[in-house]
Amino acid sequence: MAFTLYTLIQTAILCTNAIAVLHEERFLSKIGWGVDQGVGGFGDDPGVKAQVLNLIRSVRTVMRVFNSVEKSFP
Amino acid sequence: MRLRNSSMDGSDGSQLFEDTSRAGSGSQTGYRNQQAGPQAAGFPGQSLLSDPMSNLAMAYGSSLASQGREMVDKNLDRFIPISKLKYYFAVDTVYVGKKLGLLVFPYMHENWEVSYQQDTPVAPRFDVNAPDLYIPAMGFITYVLVAGLALGTQNRFSPELLGVQASSALVWLIMEVLAVLLSLYLVTVNTDLTTIDLLAFSGYKYVGMIVGVVAGLLFGKPAYYLSLLWCCVAIFVFMIRTLRLKLLSEAAAEGRLVRGARNQLRMYLTMSIAAAQPIFMYWLTYHLIR
Repeated sequence: MAFTLYTLIQTAILCTNAIAVLHEERFLSKIGWGVDQGVGGFGDDPGVKAQVLNLIRSVRTVMRVFNSVEKSFP
Repeated sequence: MRLRNSSMDGSDGSQLFEDTSRAGSGSQTGYRNQQAGPQAAGFPGQSLLSDPMSNLAMAYGSSLASQGREMVDKNLDRFIPISKLKYYFAVDTVYVGKKLGLLVFPYMHENWEVSYQQDTPVAPRFDVNAPDLYIPAMGFITYVLVAGLALGTQNRFSPELLGVQASSALVWLIMEVLAVLLSLYLVTVNTDLTTIDLLAFSGYKYVGMIVGVVAGLLFGKPAYYLSLLWCCVAIFVFMIRTLRLKLLSEAAAEGRLVRGARNQLRMYLTMSIAAAQPIFMYWLTYHLIR
């Protein structure tokens, strides 16, 4: 099992890409993972599902920023 | 400032370096430097007296050097927390011996709490429960060397394989630390475990791996399996007892049965982190013993 550091970087990029291409209204809302279904109630126990949804949403937002920055380059 | 200091204690005429050419007027030159230092640029005709200029140049150079060092330290500290890393390497021989003993035989140890000293954890030198990075670092390097040795005894060795083993083990380590970090984030545990702590805990399994591989090299396959089994159980117990205090709430850590979904989730998390260690130990060593 010859893993290299390059494999690790490749894995990270592919996973980030996989999270970024999840479609919001065709897929995430259908399975109840949309951005409006994340934050349930307040309190000190968000729960695993809320954390996962937060993580997905923040990764997608960061990727969107990168996308717009890269789009502005001619 | 250094001029003044050197001239204060330079009653025998020596400034920053021994100036044997002016033995007689040494003290006078020292005193004159104090006044002439800042004004040396205005005396171009003083080329004979190179002392003020050279002293000024040396003082300027040393202040530049210290400024440069400060800048490098500040910028380096932004990326790699050097001061925090130093804490993890503050070990001594007694600590290393005790910790290694604890890693293979954690059953007699009773007090697993890390002692604090006014809100900061005590250095590993004074507390055997504190995590350190010396043993994991040394263990990693020794593992790579022992892997090379094991491959060499089976005539499968080539120098590139050392690099392959090292990078492979490093990648598994990084993935494990990232997985643990991700799961800690998802379960929203309020803990003071830092990333470096997790790196240290994940690096402790190299000790067991080395023991297993060396036993397998010396005594054959049954010895490898036996010693690996022993070390796996020992690391499992060690991790559970160490992580229990850090991840679980106060009541659950003391052993009382606390209900609630959150505590159960935390318990599962601790168990899975501890159970991942033996799996990795077997995965990274079984191909070395044929």
